[in-house]
Amino acid sequence: MSAAVRDLRVTALSEDRAAQVAAALGTVIDPELDEPITDLGFVTDQRVEGRRVSVRLRLPTAFCSPSFAYLMVSDAHDALSGIDWVDDVRVTLQDHHDADRINRGVASALGFTGTYPEEAAGELESLRRRFQVKAHTAFIERVCTLMVRESNWAVEDLGSLRISDLPAGRPADGLRRRRTDLGLRSGPDDHVMVDEFGAAWTPEMIPLKLRFAKAVRISIDGNAHFCRGLLRTRYPDAATDQRDRGPESLGTGSGVPAVIRH
Amino acid sequence: MYWKDGENYFIVDAHLHMWDASDENQKNIHGAQFIECFYDYHRNLSPEEYVWTLEDYKNYSEEQFMTDIFDNGYADHAIFNPAALNDFYVNGFSRPLAWDMAQRNPDRLTYNHNFDPRNGEVGLRQLEEDAAKYTLKGVKLYTAEWHGDSRGYRLSDPWAYKYLEKCQELGIKNVHVHKGPTIKPLDRDAFDVSDIDHCATDFPDLNFIVEHVGLPRLEDFCWIATQESNVYGGLAVAIPFIHTRPRYWAQIIGELLSWIGEDRILFGSDYALWQPKWLIEKFVDFQIPEDMQGEYKPITTNQKKKILGLNAAGLYPHIKVPEELQLREPAMASSSSQGPIGSE
Repeated sequence: MSAAVRDLRVTALSEDRAAQVAAALGTVIDPELDEPITDLGFVTDQRVEGRRVSVRLRLPTAFCSPSFAYLMVSDAHDALSGIDWVDDVRVTLQDHHDADRINRGVASALGFTGTYPEEAAGELESLRRRFQVKAHTAFIERVCTLMVRESNWAVEDLGSLRISDLPAGRPADGLRRRRTDLGLRSGPDDHVMVDEFGAAWTPEMIPLKLRFAKAVRISIDGNAHFCRGLLRTRYPDAATDQRDRGPESLGTGSGVPAVIRH
Repeated sequence: MYWKDGENYFIVDAHLHMWDASDENQKNIHGAQFIECFYDYHRNLSPEEYVWTLEDYKNYSEEQFMTDIFDNGYADHAIFNPAALNDFYVNGFSRPLAWDMAQRNPDRLTYNHNFDPRNGEVGLRQLEEDAAKYTLKGVKLYTAEWHGDSRGYRLSDPWAYKYLEKCQELGIKNVHVHKGPTIKPLDRDAFDVSDIDHCATDFPDLNFIVEHVGLPRLEDFCWIATQESNVYGGLAVAIPFIHTRPRYWAQIIGELLSWIGEDRILFGSDYALWQPKWLIEKFVDFQIPEDMQGEYKPITTNQKKKILGLNAAGLYPHIKVPEELQLREPAMASSSSQGPIGSE
């Protein structure tokens, strides 16, 4: 094999590995903002050297909640460790008031309670679940708004909306992802309007449930705007790393439909 | 007072600070990080012409404050809501000067103080002394404040209840609560507002003003405030979105008006985080965008008057509203304040 061909192979291999690292990081979600950390501009450096991967993460403020910071650092660590050729992972959170502690805790696999023995009463799974429930609730509102606006569904019929009724792509895939996080299956005949345990909302509950879901969605969206803006203020170069959040209510139109009238 | 298009608005800025975050007053790296975080809030959401330098922002003069709040900022009355942050700042974050200023300007400034239930019995006695010294009508609580090993507390904690009982006994009616990050135990939702639900039920004579309307947990705040008539929402940190994201602001104020109604929303600039001048001017000019008016009713002038000052004056009766600045016709029984059940 000529040196030139060998170089090409090495380059192809390292590009392939870099893509795998990026894909793994793309599965790490900011629990509050319900978005991948790669889209938010939180990943500031990713390096592959042989079988070692090192990644740096940054957050919008030094006082971002340590629990969410810990979840993102430890999820990134797990996602990267899951790549078959990787045998050494370093995830470093930077510019955070508790960065040293969180970095040490994750690197030593101490768990959250091991990292915060004084302050934490338990691991973060119930916190994570709470935000997965919110993300699912907000996404139902997005999908329903879309169906009313673009597919002429009547609000009172939404209780019979099934997954197979949803447009392919972001609406259907997005809902499946959030259902999977909650442990719900997503068969084509499964109803969209269900709670976090998969129980269908009754017709009488639907208006109030949707109204609440909308407030949840507005909270998440608003927090995302704020955090994205703060990250750009803190790190002006972050603007180029952030991917558009996309329209707030999924569809293509700019107007917000009057699905849930007050 | 602010006036526009023949309408006069009585202005109460219900949330502001006189802080000292100067390098000399910073106790540790966290003091520096804290003010830098505030500074990023300031420059991220302010119109460019209102952005200060970090140096000016760390420590501003009484003169600057009075100009910004009363000359440029239209306020008839303003309420200090100090934050101690003694673990971050040598002499605390908020300057004692605020109390001097309030004494010299009793018609224009109200001074609220703070307490920390983690100070136990000693703090309870201190609260009694403070209530007498400052003739307290309100307190500002920062539940996320660090205190030794503790990273915060909840208002439903047993010791917090003892302090709230004391407030009731001392006639301190208004409890402003900052819902902020980092609450012990850390594994809970850091912005959880559910502790307010408990104390609002158990202390019906107190008013709980949730600063920042619980953002980013707007839905939880709205849900609680709908059930508890003594829960109010302070707009500090929410209202600056009016400049950078007016459509998003329309959703926030639209949701608030529909869930909790026009009588329980309070304007606050959070000065020096943001300058009240532009917030007030933009809010008076603001309307729900036309294409969103199917979802949210247009905001009326009377609603703006209540939010900008009359609601806060209702909570602090020593703030006298001149007859000509009251609403022209008696407020209708607030039609937009509807319970969540059966309101559709």
